[in-house]
Amino acid sequence: MSYLIQGETGQWEVVIGLEVHAQVISNAKLFSGASTTFGADPNAQVAFLDCGMPGMLPVINAECIRQAVKTGLGLNAKINRRSVFDRKNYFYADLPLGYQISQFAHPIVGEGTIILDLKDGTSREVGIERLHLEIDAGKSLHDQHPTKSFIDLNRAGVALMEIVSKPDMRSPEEAGAYLKKLRAILRYLGTCDGNMEEGSMRADVNVSVRHPGEPLRTRCEIKNVNSVRFVMQAVEIEAMRHIEVYEAGGIIEQETRLFDSNKGETRPMRSKEFAHDYRYFPDPDLLPLEFSEEFVAEIQAGLPELPDAKKARFIGDYGLSPYDAGVLVAEKETAAYFEAAVEGHDAKAVANWVMGDLFAALNRTGKAITESPVAPENIGKLVDLIKDGTISGRIAKDVFEIMVETGGEPAKIVEEKGLKQVTDTGAIEKVVDEVIAANPEKAAEVKGGKEKLLGWFVGQAMKASQGKANPAILNEMIKKKLLG
Amino acid sequence: MTELTSLTLAGVRDGLAKGDFTSVELTEAYLAAMEAHKDLNAYIVTCPEVALERAKASDARRAKGEAKGPMDGAPVAIKDLFCTEGVQTTAASKILEGFKPQYESTVSAKLKDGGAVMLGKTNLDEFAMGSANITSAYGNVISPWTAEDDAAALVPGGSSGGSAAAVSARLAVAATGTDTGGSIRQPAAFTGIVGLKPTYGRCSRWGIVAFASSLDQAGPMTRTVEDAAIMLGQMAGFDAKDSTSANVPLPDFTKALTGDIRGLKVGIPKEYRPDGLNSEIAALWDQGISWLKDAGATVVEVSLPHTDKALATYYIIAPAEASSNLARYDGVRYGLRTGADGSLDEMYMKTRAQGFGKEVKRRILIGTYVLSAGYYDAYYLKAQKVRALIAQDFREAFKTVDVLLTPTAPSDPFPIEGGAKVDPITMYLNDVFTVPASLAGLPGLSLPGGLSQRGLPLGLQLIGRPFDEETVLRTAQVMEKAAGFAAVPTLLRGGK
Repeated sequence: MSYLIQGETGQWEVVIGLEVHAQVISNAKLFSGASTTFGADPNAQVAFLDCGMPGMLPVINAECIRQAVKTGLGLNAKINRRSVFDRKNYFYADLPLGYQISQFAHPIVGEGTIILDLKDGTSREVGIERLHLEIDAGKSLHDQHPTKSFIDLNRAGVALMEIVSKPDMRSPEEAGAYLKKLRAILRYLGTCDGNMEEGSMRADVNVSVRHPGEPLRTRCEIKNVNSVRFVMQAVEIEAMRHIEVYEAGGIIEQETRLFDSNKGETRPMRSKEFAHDYRYFPDPDLLPLEFSEEFVAEIQAGLPELPDAKKARFIGDYGLSPYDAGVLVAEKETAAYFEAAVEGHDAKAVANWVMGDLFAALNRTGKAITESPVAPENIGKLVDLIKDGTISGRIAKDVFEIMVETGGEPAKIVEEKGLKQVTDTGAIEKVVDEVIAANPEKAAEVKGGKEKLLGWFVGQAMKASQGKANPAILNEMIKKKLLG
Repeated sequence: MTELTSLTLAGVRDGLAKGDFTSVELTEAYLAAMEAHKDLNAYIVTCPEVALERAKASDARRAKGEAKGPMDGAPVAIKDLFCTEGVQTTAASKILEGFKPQYESTVSAKLKDGGAVMLGKTNLDEFAMGSANITSAYGNVISPWTAEDDAAALVPGGSSGGSAAAVSARLAVAATGTDTGGSIRQPAAFTGIVGLKPTYGRCSRWGIVAFASSLDQAGPMTRTVEDAAIMLGQMAGFDAKDSTSANVPLPDFTKALTGDIRGLKVGIPKEYRPDGLNSEIAALWDQGISWLKDAGATVVEVSLPHTDKALATYYIIAPAEASSNLARYDGVRYGLRTGADGSLDEMYMKTRAQGFGKEVKRRILIGTYVLSAGYYDAYYLKAQKVRALIAQDFREAFKTVDVLLTPTAPSDPFPIEGGAKVDPITMYLNDVFTVPASLAGLPGLSLPGGLSQRGLPLGLQLIGRPFDEETVLRTAQVMEKAAGFAAVPTLLRGGK
């Protein structure tokens, strides 16, 4: 499914690459012992190094290295057993050292791949260029005082993984799918919580356009986009801007831009005269980072099952469609819920309940699946009640709503509310007879050949039974009574 | 009183142990001497209260039989590049005026934990950038030495000029220094004392205001080789807080002082004897060679072919690192802040324009330039390659010899007046003999070898293998004995 934009000069293809900054899950910062907990009082989590005190030195946090390697393995990427930390020099009030410690020429992780699951059920591979470790800057608060800016250094020095994709995406949907898939992988691995609202995951979006088959044209980088939806919007808006500029005979200059979601536009962040020369050079306070094959192997051995493997297993073991499996594994928690629900029950039916009624109920109540009022094993039990004929599919919907409200167990609800399906032919016959007796003209019409009216009788009888009549028996009975 | 201040560190150790005097008596003697020779400007701040408090504590420990190590109770000076908790630390820069760290550098903490008494913080070239101690924001340091034929005030060398002047003028029994390209060794040579720059990684850099991180190294400045061995033992050791600190065994350096260098192979690098080498320096060097031969060592000529590239290499790498290390002095969090009523950029510009002196600015500019896009490969990267070749030269030489002997500085001390007028390149040439060992991370020691015709101290340098300070110290002590250097600074001779 190719996404092409029709312009005046022909069709345009969009080329997208993403640089994602993902905050590493670790107790301490990348080079200091200060805590990384979110939401502390301003400047309460700042070591002497983090505020750039004279003579303070960085010491690498081994846990962050493990997390980066783990992420690299999760992205099927090359792990570089020797990498180098560099200084990226620039001045800003929330950058206490006057440089960011980052990795430039020799990142800890090299090339890898991510498989995107697209809406139409197809998959597409996107290349990972590299992953490197770096420290975050502090936060500048410009709205706290009429003439002063406040600086909060709690975030300064926190470990980030910058994950750079190849320019392999061709539509806003693919960009969105990439971000979602990357987030899923990070969450499965436990290396980043993927929380874009708290800023623990941010994306810089590189966009260019070209006529299909052309070499790449100039790209613009849209900085710090903080939701999947905004990334998709920003791609669309920036691509349109490029097309308009080109078609008006203009040229696109390589620059950094900001996305304004309120105005639905991107605009330049800084002009070229102020372009930084970061003067990267190896940080002389840190030795090159080297680790053994065994270190990597040990992390590899501890890797959890990742979305792609889980999806394949769901398809293979449970007979789910690729689409359903894709939806269920998209979030680690959903997959875990499904697995807890499905055990010993009809997988397809359980999947449908989870993706249908459960998702709808969670959406309605604004709850995460981990806070679901319906325990996963109760979904399985509900499916069994339908399968063994205790309740009809229609009644099951009502039972489910009660489960959402009360958190109750389905069999108990059926029992208490008297919702058990009626399979007693005598009782059904009684209802059927009553309905036929009450509608002699319609019964005559059926007998006269208007068989379409059979359905009406079924409906009336079902209503009379308060929905509890076994639909198969009911159908059969009405046919027999009216048509012989 | 003067007798107490003329004791060596070993003498202090023994005297305190025998109960000949107390640490308080010793400390008071030094505080009085410091007061009397304030005009040398060796100290930026003195801390008599801290000193006496520590001296009392030391005496109390000793009275209970709990004296710590060889330096318990010894009054020392700390170069004002070491952060000292609660005591102003400036790096001799205006930009750090009034800065009182909330932490103690690893090296000064080790000395403190060993019972040493801190007398004060010694003057230096601003951010340790200089070879004459004439770039300090707190004034020049005046050498306690003057020439026989000229009363002009002389430089003590730099950057550890305050520490050198203090130890030489008996204003501290010993002092810490730091050496990036010669900042311990050259001032030691200029003031007639012993200065040891250990192997890079031997002493922790944690808490030392950084100049050039890949070169900076702390070391002792003392009146004798034995004292240097004692003090190094109290300063050195692996520190997990410094990623470049070496996790190697820490020997008892005093045990290396056997006095026996028979069979030792000493290399004389031929590239250190260029045409036009000062004849006095050349003569002293030859003298040193014969002392070694007399003591049973074998002396051979070696070649360090990339020596002539060392100074240029150093003046790319050190400023590059400095330009980045000094970026943190921006007026935002501590130290000087000016122009705060303007924009952030204006505040940076005014703060840094006012806070940094000329030499520091020059090196920031050089460093920024060599790291800039388009110049990085031609300067910084090439310098790193040459640095590797220089290290390789030494490795080759140390395949055949155990230690190298060279002069420390190319001349005897020069007047402060002249120094100020000298162009930067000429000033940088002071480090020509010390810089190569710095680039290679090797231990280097300067010891007083004799006096120039004008009666001023001249130093000889010994360079050793990585982490082989023991051989350097053993050799130095043999030479020290042979030299019999007994001259005291002009200032202490009375009548002058």
